[in-house]
Amino acid sequence: MLNASLKELSAALAQRKISSVELTRLFLERVEKLNGSLNAFITVDAEKSLAQARAADERIAKGATQPLTGIPVAHKDIFVTRSWLTTCGSRILSNFVSPYDAHVIERFNGAGAVILGKTNMDEFAMGSSSETSFYGPVKNPWGQAYVPGGSSGGSAAAVAARMAPAATGTDTGGSIRQPAALSGVSGLKPTYGLVSRYGMIAFASSLDQGGPLAKSAEDLALLLNAMAGFDARDSTSVERVAEDYRRELDKPLAGLRIGVPKEHFGEGLAGDVCRAVEAALEELEKLGAKRVPIGLPNSGLSVPAYYVIAPAEASSNLSRFDGVRYGHRAKEYRDLADMYRRTRAEGFGAEVRRRILIGTYVLSHGYYDAYYLKAQKIRRLIADDFVEAFKRCDVVVGPTSPTVAFKIGAKAADPVQMYLNDIYTIPANLAGLPGMSIPCGFGRDDLPVGLHIVGNYFSEAKMLNVAHQYQKATDWHQREPAGIQP
Amino acid sequence: MNWEIVIGLETHAQLSTKSKMFSGGSTAFGAPPNTQANAVDIALPGVLPVANKGAVERAIRFGLAVGGEKVINRRSVFARKNYFYPDLPKGYQISQYELPIVKGGEIRILTESGEKAIRLTRAHLEEDAGKSLHEAFPDMSGIDLNRAGVPLLEIVSEPDMRSAAEAVAYAKTLHALVRWIGICDGNMQEGSFRCDANVSVRRLGAPLGTRCEIKNLNSFRFLERAIEFEAKRQIEILKDGGKIIQETRLYDADKDETRSMRTKEEAHDYRYFPDPDLLPLEVSEKWIEEIKAKLPELPEAKRKRYQTEYALSPYDASLLTDTREKAEYFELVCRSLEGPAPKTVANWITGELSALLNDRGIDFSQLLISGKAFAKLLDRIKDGTISANVAKEVLHGMANGEGDADAIIVKRGLKQISDAGAIEKIVDRVLASNPKQVEDYRAGKEKAFNSLVGQVMKATQGKANPGQVNEILKRKLAG
Repeated sequence: MLNASLKELSAALAQRKISSVELTRLFLERVEKLNGSLNAFITVDAEKSLAQARAADERIAKGATQPLTGIPVAHKDIFVTRSWLTTCGSRILSNFVSPYDAHVIERFNGAGAVILGKTNMDEFAMGSSSETSFYGPVKNPWGQAYVPGGSSGGSAAAVAARMAPAATGTDTGGSIRQPAALSGVSGLKPTYGLVSRYGMIAFASSLDQGGPLAKSAEDLALLLNAMAGFDARDSTSVERVAEDYRRELDKPLAGLRIGVPKEHFGEGLAGDVCRAVEAALEELEKLGAKRVPIGLPNSGLSVPAYYVIAPAEASSNLSRFDGVRYGHRAKEYRDLADMYRRTRAEGFGAEVRRRILIGTYVLSHGYYDAYYLKAQKIRRLIADDFVEAFKRCDVVVGPTSPTVAFKIGAKAADPVQMYLNDIYTIPANLAGLPGMSIPCGFGRDDLPVGLHIVGNYFSEAKMLNVAHQYQKATDWHQREPAGIQP
Repeated sequence: MNWEIVIGLETHAQLSTKSKMFSGGSTAFGAPPNTQANAVDIALPGVLPVANKGAVERAIRFGLAVGGEKVINRRSVFARKNYFYPDLPKGYQISQYELPIVKGGEIRILTESGEKAIRLTRAHLEEDAGKSLHEAFPDMSGIDLNRAGVPLLEIVSEPDMRSAAEAVAYAKTLHALVRWIGICDGNMQEGSFRCDANVSVRRLGAPLGTRCEIKNLNSFRFLERAIEFEAKRQIEILKDGGKIIQETRLYDADKDETRSMRTKEEAHDYRYFPDPDLLPLEVSEKWIEEIKAKLPELPEAKRKRYQTEYALSPYDASLLTDTREKAEYFELVCRSLEGPAPKTVANWITGELSALLNDRGIDFSQLLISGKAFAKLLDRIKDGTISANVAKEVLHGMANGEGDADAIIVKRGLKQISDAGAIEKIVDRVLASNPKQVEDYRAGKEKAFNSLVGQVMKATQGKANPGQVNEILKRKLAG
């Protein structure tokens, strides 16, 4: 059961081979056994989960089921969840219990899924290693000395370690895809606007997008069916007809044009990752796809542009955490300004403070044009690169991350090295395009390598088709980390 | 040495929508603190803004009224104005910065030297902040977020006004306009319409001086007093050879003075940038056309029409158009008239009727006299049934709900005496019993004549036709 696909779990529940309560207990026990070492979850509340599981069992008994009814799903602690603690990995929200559910949570609740717990993450999703969490770093199930990637590292580790059959994450610059790659699972960042951001605590509003992490593309399709959809409460939510993301899974890949950007295979890409990705491209060719060399000439500007835009938006988005209405407030202060200063200095960790400072600086009078405005122009250039590319290919494929997982602490002191982890994933966020990562082999120290697939706007069904066909021909996604030390 | 005062106004008009600018929260005034602040208004983690279509529509209505289609930006952008304050839940206010919804337009005001156009720089949509209550709690401040997110239209004028009186005329005209087009209730006590004034002074012909901004003037009187105080303060500094420091000042109504809040150096860097949670505001031609079709005739157009169509003076025309209800009442009465001229109607509406409404503290919507009934009353003066003086009494009766003019005239026996014989008899009696006044009049004292008229009117309980009384008296005194 721990290794079963969502389709198999759904069938088992429908056929009463297992109840939702039993299934939920199974995963809760797994969490209990492994979380002490992996630290993938910030909050687990068996009673609440089991109450939902019982309700799901009643639904199943009545025959009123949907594909996710009764299936436990772990949620990144960035989605506010009614009556659950929602911390966003931060001390400043260490006491915050949300009075409302995020749209994504509503969707899963509506589908009858069970909330298995809230997963650990980089504080306010700012990081690529899940080390910046106030609740301690997450360990990579493939090797506990390594980071699982971030910021959705708790969700990725939970799926990799079979503590959860599926999880949600958010991706601002690669925060679903990079941990999926480093933890050997599948993850999808949908087109900007496809999944409502209502109730998803904002990091950088114009880049943030929620999406699923799971063991396979097929599972991702099922999860995306639940997550996607118009929400009038999010002005950037896109109003379009609902689609079944599974509908193209079984299409053969014959004639598929795969764009391979030379910029993503140059300096900085580790040899082991390059070899695994190269092998995956060959595998796709075997399946009938055609390789098309493409260029993304402005790709190199994406990291600097991102580190202007994302901190700028974050500096403003995080202003609401001021100790006035909710969350942490400093115990002692002299006056209002001192209350703000102490509350925010105590409540935010170093990386969050760094980004607030960068963001405040680039938006300041006299610097706005030189930084923010210029970064927005670069953003347009990067989007235009993809428009050109998609005239010649159906999907863009390359490595998700330049290296396999690095050791905990290895890059903590060098933010630029840390930021370069997302060099291949950031362009999709800047352009608003969908991107995904699927396992495609192993590199140094037997750590997983991720294959990055970027599609055109709203082409999730096609991307999932490519990924599913690849996963039918390979078994990288079925490998599970051995010997996790409890 | 002649000094010139230069004034520009920034006016915040609360838009009359039921829900807030970016949330479904209620905008109703006077609820217990924080009972009308929802998840979005208090900026819980994860909430997002959605622009209120009704507020946007009202802003477009305003643009059409002050400048027509050409001043409506088809694409405008919401921006974040960042600063920390406890009554600002998000730590930023959503406003419009580089691209406001209305750019340009003008407000025409009536000054002593005639009509003057005050140019508008812009009008933009934004949300209000909450309220800090510093007095209610010892050693603490209370925060009431009911106001947080209430929709505002900030209307910014060019520095085109040259006196406190002009500034007040502009504010009053603007105030009348926003109510006229139904976008703001204009309630100044509740803060629905408030002004900030930018004031500078210069020697005639010199370039613009350094300005000070006076905040939160919530009555026309305070606006006038604050500008007058501030101009005097600045002139005195300059006369003494000093320099004006650019700063924000607060008007203290109790002390009738302005005092410094913060200087330019202490001013915030608001770090404006486009709000990524909101798409640019796109306004279609079709929508503008729809809004335009529903726009009422505007006060300025009415004023012009009254002058040409009804031959009224600019002054009367402007008095009649200070509210839409009054203008519409005037037109209704004019349409229902048989006899008198619009000028008479105008005099009655701006005179006796306005005084009556004032005394009773009501407005036209609460007036029990229909336009038709009022026209009938005026017709009764014209046809000689009653005198103008008696008509005033009838008017009050009508306002009390005692019936129409004819019914009251009959019930109270107010019908005018126009029988020359009857009036002559009374005149004879009055002349006989007032020999002193007769003598005075004949000796050239005009005043004595008025006294004799008064005696006749008194003897008839005011019912004698005043024209006839005059004529008969004159004839008898001459004879």
